[in-house]
Amino acid sequence: MSETGIGAALLRKEDRRFITGKGKFVDDINRPGQAYAYIVRSPEAHARIAGIDTAEALKAPGVVAVLTGADMVEDGVGGIPCGWGINNKDGSPMVEPPHPPLVPDRVRHVGDQVAVVIAETKAQAKAAAALVDVDYEPLPAVALLADATADGAALVWDDAPGNICFDWEIGDQAATDAAFESAAHVVSIDLVNQRLVTNPIEPRAAIGDYDESDDSYTLYTTTQNPHLIRLLLGAFVLALPEHKLRIVAPDVGGGFGSKIPHYAEEAIVTWASKRIGRPVKWTAERSESFMSDTHGRDHLTHAELALDADGKFTGLRVSTRANLGAYLSTFGPAVPTYLHAILFAGCYTTPAIYANVKAVFTNTVPLDALRGAGRPEASFVIERLVHKAAVQLGMDPVDIRKKNFIQPDQFPYQTPVALEYDVGEYEATFDAALELADYDGFEARKEEAATRGMLRGIGISTFLEACGIAPSALVGSLGARAGLFEVGQVRVHPTGSITVFTGSHSHGQGHETTFAQLVSDRFGVPADQVDVVHGDTAQVPFGMGTYGSRSIAVGGSAIYMAMEKIIAKGTKIAAHLMEAAVEDVVFDAGTFTVTGTDKTKTIGEVAFAAYVPHNYPEGLEPGLDETAFYDPKNFTYPAGAHIVEVEIDPDTGVVELCGVSCVDDVGRIINPMIVEGQMHGGLAHGIGQALLEACIYDDSGQLITGSFMNYTMPRAADLPFFKTGHHTTNCTHNPLGVKGVGEVGSIGVPPAVINAVLDALSSSGVEDIDMPATPERVWQALQDAQA
Amino acid sequence: MPSVSLTVNGQAVEGEVEGRTLLVDFIRENLGLTGTHVGCDTSQCGACVVHVGGASVKSCTMLAIEADGADVTTVEGLATNGTLHPMQTAFHEHHGLQCGFCTPGMMLSGIDLVGRNPNPTEHEVREWLEGNLCRCTGYHNIVKAVQAAAAEMGG
Repeated sequence: MSETGIGAALLRKEDRRFITGKGKFVDDINRPGQAYAYIVRSPEAHARIAGIDTAEALKAPGVVAVLTGADMVEDGVGGIPCGWGINNKDGSPMVEPPHPPLVPDRVRHVGDQVAVVIAETKAQAKAAAALVDVDYEPLPAVALLADATADGAALVWDDAPGNICFDWEIGDQAATDAAFESAAHVVSIDLVNQRLVTNPIEPRAAIGDYDESDDSYTLYTTTQNPHLIRLLLGAFVLALPEHKLRIVAPDVGGGFGSKIPHYAEEAIVTWASKRIGRPVKWTAERSESFMSDTHGRDHLTHAELALDADGKFTGLRVSTRANLGAYLSTFGPAVPTYLHAILFAGCYTTPAIYANVKAVFTNTVPLDALRGAGRPEASFVIERLVHKAAVQLGMDPVDIRKKNFIQPDQFPYQTPVALEYDVGEYEATFDAALELADYDGFEARKEEAATRGMLRGIGISTFLEACGIAPSALVGSLGARAGLFEVGQVRVHPTGSITVFTGSHSHGQGHETTFAQLVSDRFGVPADQVDVVHGDTAQVPFGMGTYGSRSIAVGGSAIYMAMEKIIAKGTKIAAHLMEAAVEDVVFDAGTFTVTGTDKTKTIGEVAFAAYVPHNYPEGLEPGLDETAFYDPKNFTYPAGAHIVEVEIDPDTGVVELCGVSCVDDVGRIINPMIVEGQMHGGLAHGIGQALLEACIYDDSGQLITGSFMNYTMPRAADLPFFKTGHHTTNCTHNPLGVKGVGEVGSIGVPPAVINAVLDALSSSGVEDIDMPATPERVWQALQDAQA
Repeated sequence: MPSVSLTVNGQAVEGEVEGRTLLVDFIRENLGLTGTHVGCDTSQCGACVVHVGGASVKSCTMLAIEADGADVTTVEGLATNGTLHPMQTAFHEHHGLQCGFCTPGMMLSGIDLVGRNPNPTEHEVREWLEGNLCRCTGYHNIVKAVQAAAAEMGG
């Protein structure tokens, strides 16, 4: 291996442009002759559009065009498709309503797109948008999940009775019911997994640029998956063939799931660009982000755990209502089903599991993936139940977990809910976390805190994720309407420098460094000699993008497989150059060697011969440039143990984080610095959910938390330094042994925080508290318990 | 339209602006200095922080005409003759950035802190950065980077 290969904490290659202000985000791009779009959005949660009068807006200074849904209908623009179909219990398909990019007839959430004003400047477009006169006839709205399934609730879609999109189940209901009938103990819990706004710091932006000379389109957009956008926008919305539609996702300022879906604005600017004959640029204001970016979570769950007399889990029964919002976002239906309920075994041997998920329409922004996407909701169910079981049965929270872990000799382990885990050492991971957290010293710290009048608590979460999304045939059988493979192309240039093209996309994850390290490691060249290209459908052959902690496990594996093809071809060239049999040539760390001799050729020498093939194997194509499509064989299963210690001031309800100690098994680590950074970011996201963040609608569907003024984002002073560690088992089914790290924090830590808060409050008689555990909520819980 | 004359990154610049033009829009649109970012519309996120007269300012909260005659530094002006400012080096070496969108504001805010408090504690760094949001890093490495830069800058 080289010094810049796998395992090196290499500083990031991409940093230089960002720290010098030379990053190129979508809003930094300006196209010659561009006009600016401003979207007219519904202020009503639910209303019929009786008419749209654009006359005054058209007269306003600088206005080029005002376009509405009727114009889109006239041009035959299609609806935004959903990428995942879910079937009901009875096998019938989910209700799948239309999703027009500009709504012609009936708005269904605050922020719904009604018209677009295009003008010479952004300010002119915004000013003129205020002059578009939309005649709304308000309809009854239903915004809250708890209300949406009630008798007599307003209907978001007339053909979705009870606002049910689908009523889905997984697991063996009869076996699970039997486990409960014979249980020694049953623990039950009601949980709210609150709605969150994803909020990457870069707002979404898009520029549509139609080129009349060859009838082609370029869309610059803030997406995590440019090829997926090309597929959805090209094949479904605008009916454009792939070779006429280029998607560029340059530097993207964070995604966290909300930049996966295909959005209306992408279709609007692309379509409008041809219509007006100029590039059209749109950049969201943050208040627009709040009402138009997909949100996450929003589950109401009742769950029960059956245990035998010894505290072994014998059954788990979960009933969840999941909010999907007003329309089905790209992966919306997959999040509460195949990214959620198939995780209910966690890292435990629970033999019987049954889950029912009812997905519900409401007059709110659509919901989709948010860092963890379904898996944080699952870990919250399991780990809150396990905590409650320990309390209720009087068991030690460490012992009850260790009693139920899947043991290392049980792999591959088939769960009762579809997944087959390949590898893990949950108890060893847990032990490492207990040591990192100085768990044994907790009682002394608690006593010391008590002398200061503070309530100290400790909380545990031992959890598992399914990442590296996903085997195409498997997810296809579960309703996915796309493959979830990844593409890597490795081009060795004539002088031995290398360009990697990846269908994965980096919006902060550091692919340009990590992926270069893969090549450095295998080919024995410095990482400086390797550039990574991503985010442009005109340069990268194909790809499915970045989400579900899939970049290294699927995208990295594709690059590895492309390198294997390079090596196979290079071996033939080297054998020819060294006048040896192909089978006598071996490759290691960038050098081809004839076994048993001192004859060698470097990969650079072989590359040169491939491009200057004067002395070259007969019948072999010149060039050294290979592409691999890698379809994973299974999900990967990162697992971890997170231990959180808090102190609560009973007079104020303020929760102080005293320790966040996390040991994770993310598989083989390519760049430990970047892995730590991913863990930190996920932890902040998870702690944000546990203590700070909540997206709130009122009963009428108005978005109460519509800006950073009233949606509490985690800030530096809200968080401590994190203690992180690793206990590694390599993934057994991908060539790198990697599992993925981007979501461990947001999946693992929320229940640890809440369990710690409840531990601190236990002496006061508080048994349950919802997220976010704000000072007001904690203080109120203490008052109520004492009343 | 009113005109403004100011110094940006050591260069004299001028331009015509509307009364409502924000300093950040003047920097991004008129001057083409796109390293200064806009992440919100309520002066919460701090992605637009620049220095005006040496002090950190959210450039979305200041009109361009208010900056008439001022000396402004943006992220593009931090390095001198290709040599990075210690704050830039520290963010790189401590992995203080991921997507890079909040980074210019974070660094400029951090430099102002170190100018006022050459040896800030972890707590002081965290409190100072309350006006800068980051969604990627959990602030862990940002705090370490600011402290490391402070040490390098002679704190």
